[in-house]
Amino acid sequence: MRKLTPAYNPNAPAVDPVGKSLPQDSAARHVAGSAVYVDDMPAYPDQLHVAVGVSSHAHARVLGMALDAVRAAPGVVDVVVQADIPGSADISPVFDGDLLLAGDTVHYVGQPLFAVAATSLEAAQRAVQLAQVDYEPLVPRLEVTESLAAEDFLLPTRRSRLGDPEAALAAAAMTLSGEMAVGGQEHFYLEGQVALAVPDEVGVQIYSSSQHPAEVQKLAAEVLDLPLHAVTVQVRRMGGGFGGKESQPAALACLAALFARRTGRSVRYRMPRWADMVQTGKRHPFWNRYTVGFDESGVIQALVMDVAGNCGCTADLSDGIVDRAANHADNAYFLKNAAVTGYRCRTNMVSHTAFRGFGAPQGIVTTEAFMDDIARRVGMDPLDVRKANLYRPGDSTPYGQEIEESVLVDLVAELEHSCDYRARRAAVAAFNAQGGTLRRGLSLVPVKFGISFTTTHLNQAGALVHIYTDGSVHVSHGGTEMGQGLYIKVAQVVARALGVSIERVMPGATCTDKVPNASPTAASAGTDMNGMAALDACNRIRKRLVSFAAQHFGCDEGAVELRDDHVFAGEQVVPFPDFISLAYLNRVSLSSTGFYRTPKIHFNRETGQGRPFFYFANGAACSEVVVDTSTGEYRVTRVDVLHDVGASLNPAIDIGQIEGGFVQGMGWLTTEELSWNDDGVITSNSPANYKIPTAADVPEHFDVRLFQRPNAEDTVYHSKAVGEPPLMLPISVWCALRDACASLCDYRFNPRMDPPATPERVYWAAREALRG
Amino acid sequence: MPRCGTAKSRGGPVEFYLNGELQQCTGVDANMTLLRYLRERLGKVGTKEGCASGDCGACTVLIADADDTSPQAINSCICLLGSVQGRQVLTVEGLEQDGELHPVQQAMVDCHGSQCGFCTPGFVMSLAGLYQRSLAQGGETPGRHAITDCIAGNLCRCTGYRPIVEAGQRMLTYPQRGIFNEPATQTGAPDRDDRQPLVGGAQRYYQPRSRSNLRAILAVEPGATLVAGGTDLALEITQRYREFEVLVDISAIDSLATIGEEDGYIRIGAGVRYHQLMGHPLLASTPLDGLLARLGSEQVRNRGTIGGNLANGSPIADMPPVLMAWGADVEVVNTLGERTRYPVEDFYLDYRQTRLQAGDYIEAVYIPMHLSRAPHRFYKLSKRFEDDISSVMCAVSMTLDGGYVLGVRIAYGGMAAVPRRASAAEQQLLGAQLTDAVIDNACTSLDNEFQPLSDVRASAVYRLDMAAALLRRALRALRDGDAPDVFELGEVSHA
Repeated sequence: MRKLTPAYNPNAPAVDPVGKSLPQDSAARHVAGSAVYVDDMPAYPDQLHVAVGVSSHAHARVLGMALDAVRAAPGVVDVVVQADIPGSADISPVFDGDLLLAGDTVHYVGQPLFAVAATSLEAAQRAVQLAQVDYEPLVPRLEVTESLAAEDFLLPTRRSRLGDPEAALAAAAMTLSGEMAVGGQEHFYLEGQVALAVPDEVGVQIYSSSQHPAEVQKLAAEVLDLPLHAVTVQVRRMGGGFGGKESQPAALACLAALFARRTGRSVRYRMPRWADMVQTGKRHPFWNRYTVGFDESGVIQALVMDVAGNCGCTADLSDGIVDRAANHADNAYFLKNAAVTGYRCRTNMVSHTAFRGFGAPQGIVTTEAFMDDIARRVGMDPLDVRKANLYRPGDSTPYGQEIEESVLVDLVAELEHSCDYRARRAAVAAFNAQGGTLRRGLSLVPVKFGISFTTTHLNQAGALVHIYTDGSVHVSHGGTEMGQGLYIKVAQVVARALGVSIERVMPGATCTDKVPNASPTAASAGTDMNGMAALDACNRIRKRLVSFAAQHFGCDEGAVELRDDHVFAGEQVVPFPDFISLAYLNRVSLSSTGFYRTPKIHFNRETGQGRPFFYFANGAACSEVVVDTSTGEYRVTRVDVLHDVGASLNPAIDIGQIEGGFVQGMGWLTTEELSWNDDGVITSNSPANYKIPTAADVPEHFDVRLFQRPNAEDTVYHSKAVGEPPLMLPISVWCALRDACASLCDYRFNPRMDPPATPERVYWAAREALRG
Repeated sequence: MPRCGTAKSRGGPVEFYLNGELQQCTGVDANMTLLRYLRERLGKVGTKEGCASGDCGACTVLIADADDTSPQAINSCICLLGSVQGRQVLTVEGLEQDGELHPVQQAMVDCHGSQCGFCTPGFVMSLAGLYQRSLAQGGETPGRHAITDCIAGNLCRCTGYRPIVEAGQRMLTYPQRGIFNEPATQTGAPDRDDRQPLVGGAQRYYQPRSRSNLRAILAVEPGATLVAGGTDLALEITQRYREFEVLVDISAIDSLATIGEEDGYIRIGAGVRYHQLMGHPLLASTPLDGLLARLGSEQVRNRGTIGGNLANGSPIADMPPVLMAWGADVEVVNTLGERTRYPVEDFYLDYRQTRLQAGDYIEAVYIPMHLSRAPHRFYKLSKRFEDDISSVMCAVSMTLDGGYVLGVRIAYGGMAAVPRRASAAEQQLLGAQLTDAVIDNACTSLDNEFQPLSDVRASAVYRLDMAAALLRRALRALRDGDAPDVFELGEVSHA
């Protein structure tokens, strides 16, 4: 046996990267401008660009399209309509109805009717303007309340029930009823939708900015009438996704692939921002109504609540989104008796889609509104009402899942203390008691968010880990990187599992021919699922390595350790690369797939009962605002957050997710206002009139901390998911704005202030409070 | 004299320095933007397109004069290529030196300032501009407001900005390094005949250096469109794919870009950019500086001009109400060199219609010195505080004598098809003792004076209420001195 020189220094710090605040794997490339996004990929010399001609009506029959001028326009190489699609024209993710190109009827303003491939993006865009389309206008439905009244639903209505809410309402000491129209939200990922299709000898290679490459692969294959193995989809990174790149990228990839196959040329389809804001789905606006019963101390006895999602013209992902809205109507509170009903309303709007939170924010914000209203009615501080209703272990949710952990009670108490809530409440009251137009508001709101896809079969993931002969490690998995830090987190998991330093591990681009049939990177579950799948792959390789080491060095398997970039086998200490080289020479497989299926979960959509969530992520935020009630202008002056990510894999990444989610949710609840005109044309169609937060909207005091408690469930190193839950923390901002307005009527009631609380809406709320 | 350009003049090449290297751009059309040129022609794809409308900052680059080391951040998406003629352009690819990240870049990495990374090059460039200015002022770390002002035109959807602001606070703590080490030598451009197009062919781009040459070009190119900063005009190209046949860029005419005193007036050349107005000693107006800090973003203020703001005729432009409140005139020159001065309120005819005829250009605005010194308040209302278009903009200038109104001028944006004065309210106030009741009456009179629209920014009723609320705020502030308003509670004072 060749004697290997041990180079291990027992005094060197441990290399285990789990729990360390490592920068993203791409951080240095981001700042250097060398990180490659789809539109940055080099162009083939004969590359074509795509633009689509779209419907100018919200609802109409298409009587005819004159496209001769389009075909004859400078630079145009190909034009397609629905009839030119060789395979399926339907590119729906789950249910039917999402057409790549419209047929004889259009269902929203901006629906693609035909597509052009031309030698430049500008030529393609100029060409589509030359089409003449004849329409027979039909009556559009633009109000979700009309759909609800007419029972114009895209999918069956579902209910969940706990106890006897009708009897409990009748018996309750007090009840409150209300309704709320909840605004939607434009994703405004900084990188717009984009796909690049390169034809190859069997089919097509697609580079997509997608959270769901496997679905892009499947739909492109169906559009082209090819088997799935003839289409490969690669996603190295997205410039933001937020759910907006879960189902929406398919249309771009499919059209690019179609033209690539027809012309034999590479085809790029990048949606300009103005088109993206019109043609792609947004967060669902909701219309909710409720009756809540409670006792004199503000303890909820029963809730009957309807949540009606404005799904737009097709189902898309609305089934799960409305489910999640309904399943989060409880937020953090034990309702005792509840009936929650979710409606999937059809309207002649773009089909609304996934957006961070997936319906839950729209449910929770209504609940938090009535928590404040209960407090006014019983004359208590809103925080005391919230605390009195927090879930305790053993309580059941309306969908039948028992609460097992008791994080919220402790977490809220810790934040209440650390943010000095009581003293600040007194200071706010004293400030407002002076009168005047400036008013301050304060609110502390908890959030509980269920982790897992409610569509059970999506809770599976695959990974592929290779170790090369120099000891460097390549990891692929089905998850996509959209900025959330998934790649570095999984790399940290792999590094610990193999006992190597993080520098040895390189995350590879997500690709359908490396890990097949992957679920979308969504539901906050990216790290939970892909981290576990990668861990499984590592454990399989590790088992072989341990077995080989024991046999090779003549020791028990129990005496073999992989850690600190070395392999310890009995008395032997071998540097990892040397050991790997040895294993290779001894014909040990250094590559493995891994697989994970989330345990314990089940959910029956028909009965609305089950355990849809593996566990809950929790958090709370306290926000303070100042409002000029004469104009509705406001500033957020202080935010304190305490959030539960279990045992953090990477605190810096987790804090980044919490801060980013908070500000994105704050935008949804404050300045981001979608608007449509009476013809169904979206008028908030540009960043000039749709305003996401800027750096100046974030208060200087923005203190985000992690709640220190490992996940009780067996997740990857007992961490918790973090992507979506923080988006709901800024409901505290919305509540604080309403709190400030309520000071104008001495807190006798809360004025109505449907989100988003734009300065105008805050002004009207202040007026209502002033009128008393 | 040589004849002015015609359709046959080939023009060019456009010459500029990219990260210190001379670029000679041939075969481009007049409507080409700097961003497209960088990405599509040079393969410099570090600079990103996020919106192509100057609203997100992902495309931010720095520009400087050839011999200048104080670069300015601009949106390259709405910057026409011809407008960087003879200048230095610095992109994110130019920051690394010998494989080492620039301190701004290193600070962004160390603070976890990027998540998806797509907006990152834009933030890096905005902060690099601030870094360079801070170096020039002794290398002090800029204050929080200076940082948020600097990046208010850069949108990030991932981070929530906290780590980016922190990177700005940390960037000067690394070993300090300038951006432009060696000023580049001059291009061949100074010898260029500026009556000939810089970019020729079917679409032409002119960049005259004098007013006489400007007039000469306008005389032979009657279909010309004038472009100054291009922050609004370029949207026609990037959003509607319009191809202008003739663009005449006035940004190289030095005499249009100065602020000076002239016969009792402050003369502001039409080509003066917003950033030149900020803190200018002749204007010395805190309300104006406060307003300008919210007019567009730093990238826009580095490009947009006062003449452009007037000429595009928008009812929601922020400068016209200010100029009306100050009793300013606008001077228009035709191809014959004939000058006409209009009070700003008479310059507007109807929605997007001004007195400008084909071949005319705006020379300057003139603010009577004594009126600019009268107490004034400018209030802007928008959905978002920074970088948003006004729902309502209110400008009030008033002189009081013993509690009586000696003179008052009130002007609004966003309340009508054109920026307009509130004459009835002015009449009510003139000569009156400024009691609360008089103020209330003046505010009430606005209901009869304006019939605003409902649109994506605000409803008509809100606009009417706000016209009154802002007037009340202004009149009381001018009478009583400032009560603390929401913007002076420590968070947002632009000191």
